[in-house]
Amino acid sequence: MIEGDPLKKVLHIDLSIKRFWVEERNDLFEKFIGGVGVASQLLSEECGKKTDPLGPKNPIIFAVGPLTGSFPLASKTVSMFKSPLTGNLGESHAGGRSAIAIRMAGYGAIVIKGQSSEPVYIAVHGNRVYFKNASVLWGMGNSYSVGRILRERESGAGLRTIMRIGRAGEELISYASVITETYRHFGRLGLGAVFGSKKLKAIVISGNNSLKVNNVKQYRKTYDEIYNSVVNSPAMNKYHELGTPINVNVINSIEALPTRNLKEAKFEYADNISGETFLEKYLGRRIACAHCPVSCIHLAALRESYESDPYFFKTTMISYDYEPIFSLGSMLGIPNPDELLRLLEEIEILGFDAMSAGVVLAWATESQEAGLISEKDTFGIKFKWGDYESYIKALRLVIKCENEFYEALGRGVEHASTVYGGDDFALAFGGNEMPGYHTGPAAYIGFLTGARHSHLDNAGYSLDQKVISSNEKLTPDETANKLLSEEIWRQILSSLVVCFFARGIYTPEIVTKALEIMGYNLTYDDSLNIGREILKIKNNFKKENGFNENNLRIPKRIFETKAPTGKFTEEYIRQGVSAYFKLLNSD
Amino acid sequence: MCDFLVNGKIVVVDVNLCVGCQSCMFACTRRFGNAGLGKSAIHIGSAGGIERGFVVIICRGCPDPPCMKVCPSNALRKRDGGGVILDAGKCIGCKNCVKECTIGAIFWDEEMNKPVICVHCGICANYCPYGVLKLEKKGDD
Repeated sequence: MIEGDPLKKVLHIDLSIKRFWVEERNDLFEKFIGGVGVASQLLSEECGKKTDPLGPKNPIIFAVGPLTGSFPLASKTVSMFKSPLTGNLGESHAGGRSAIAIRMAGYGAIVIKGQSSEPVYIAVHGNRVYFKNASVLWGMGNSYSVGRILRERESGAGLRTIMRIGRAGEELISYASVITETYRHFGRLGLGAVFGSKKLKAIVISGNNSLKVNNVKQYRKTYDEIYNSVVNSPAMNKYHELGTPINVNVINSIEALPTRNLKEAKFEYADNISGETFLEKYLGRRIACAHCPVSCIHLAALRESYESDPYFFKTTMISYDYEPIFSLGSMLGIPNPDELLRLLEEIEILGFDAMSAGVVLAWATESQEAGLISEKDTFGIKFKWGDYESYIKALRLVIKCENEFYEALGRGVEHASTVYGGDDFALAFGGNEMPGYHTGPAAYIGFLTGARHSHLDNAGYSLDQKVISSNEKLTPDETANKLLSEEIWRQILSSLVVCFFARGIYTPEIVTKALEIMGYNLTYDDSLNIGREILKIKNNFKKENGFNENNLRIPKRIFETKAPTGKFTEEYIRQGVSAYFKLLNSD
Repeated sequence: MCDFLVNGKIVVVDVNLCVGCQSCMFACTRRFGNAGLGKSAIHIGSAGGIERGFVVIICRGCPDPPCMKVCPSNALRKRDGGGVILDAGKCIGCKNCVKECTIGAIFWDEEMNKPVICVHCGICANYCPYGVLKLEKKGDD
């Protein structure tokens, strides 16, 4: 790290006593670079094994990296915490302006602990930290309004992040999200509920630093190399033009798009909700994260008239991506893009994780079909595939939490299925609701072994797709080996906080070069060692908090619905999982 | 690199093309060999919520610059082609220029306690992947 780089500063905030202080942690940033490496170490330092995810001792950790603010696409913020959804390691990444704002405010990481007695929001403007009353914002029905109010009330326009929760976070729904810059999210694993448990409605962070680099000439050269490969790369083009929903037709065409709670893997209306259709009929604006020229964020313009006055219209902008299209579209059998967008908008207003919410509603629909839950449980709702209005009603009832059923739904399918049954089709892995890839065994071994049980941990879905196109067969051991290598390298990318979309651009060679400019001398092998160590820290944390790879529940549904790789067995999956952990712990 | 010597001027071609990536802002600070944003003479913010798009704030290169008129130490002089040139040695850091600019296009370098003033060099336009900005030279259409 370059001497004087503010990256080493860790801002600690205690909401119980409304105090803050800064610790200089050269050690941490020298050893673990930044992002997920630093956050994992901070989590293990700050979060003891019996910590209640919704108690004052659970830390909220944000971390960025040395390339943030110095090179393009290093614009992700890693958040870590103990997850109220899984009761174990929580990790969620978001872009927007969050990473740049933290770095430009002069910090490498922020740790928030304690619990406020009344609703608050925090404003961090450079080295000044303010605790501000949020009683008026608490309980506000629409998260968009909260963003609008804070935008007008706080300074730093263009240089700030505004992270906030909706009603779901306030009500401690286990898969509540934190929304940042209206259209990006710390979606997964319930960070929103951790905010809510601390009575923390929002955090505004702004700053305007400049940073020193080693060797200015080389800096400009390496910058241009990265920048040019980003703006000219066909690899980035797909994110830029159609955005992530390009995958809807791709995944559907290989019959891997989970449909109606994965009773099927092909959605007959996929084209209606595809990236191509959204581009043609809905795309209203494309936007970018700070310091990323790609602009993968796609906003749909939804024009609706009011029933009471058909000459009165409103136009809403709703960000759409592959995952919410899967979870709220094919997974719930919604064929109409207008209706899908209405449901997605409601998710944003209330502040749920779109992925978990969709999978939870899909489980509820099938459970009602199977007679496991009654209309008495649902307060009269009869769930039907494609009926978006009943799903909107149900989400509002989850927030109200007025009976045992909705209380259970608010805790995710892993929990709900222990109360009502239906665990054969409760599609969570390691407690986290599934993403939109029924590609084959590597995807599922990946969800089960990945440190945060996310498809992004090790991209098993991508491995399956390679297997399909090359017709090769992998043994469980080979699969585990490839997944582990990928996950190790991704620890480095997410310690640099480089967006995974740019993984093809940030090759090991480029990473070494860019790091050198920011004062790090790391070879590829050094990086891999650090990556492995980070992964071990995360898995140790998980073990201490009760994770046991031998007790993982695997829903039978995934073996019943044919995947494009062909059917696979539970034995294969279990062998893969066990091989993965054997390899991870082998040295 | 020395385009500004021919007295070009940065113009906003079409603000609706802006995606808010702020590559221009980072490029501007990189002129000085720094990373980050602290020395940028261009600013991109949302037009009241990202869904409404963005605003680009950059020196318009006024032929009769009001910022110059309020400088008590004659640190600003007229630039050929519009706008002003800062003589940092004369600047006392009073921020009068910042307050005077109607569009808020004079920024502040906290580290140096001096204004950051656009010299219309065009580096921001070079790093705008969407053609929002252009360095207009004399004789251009």
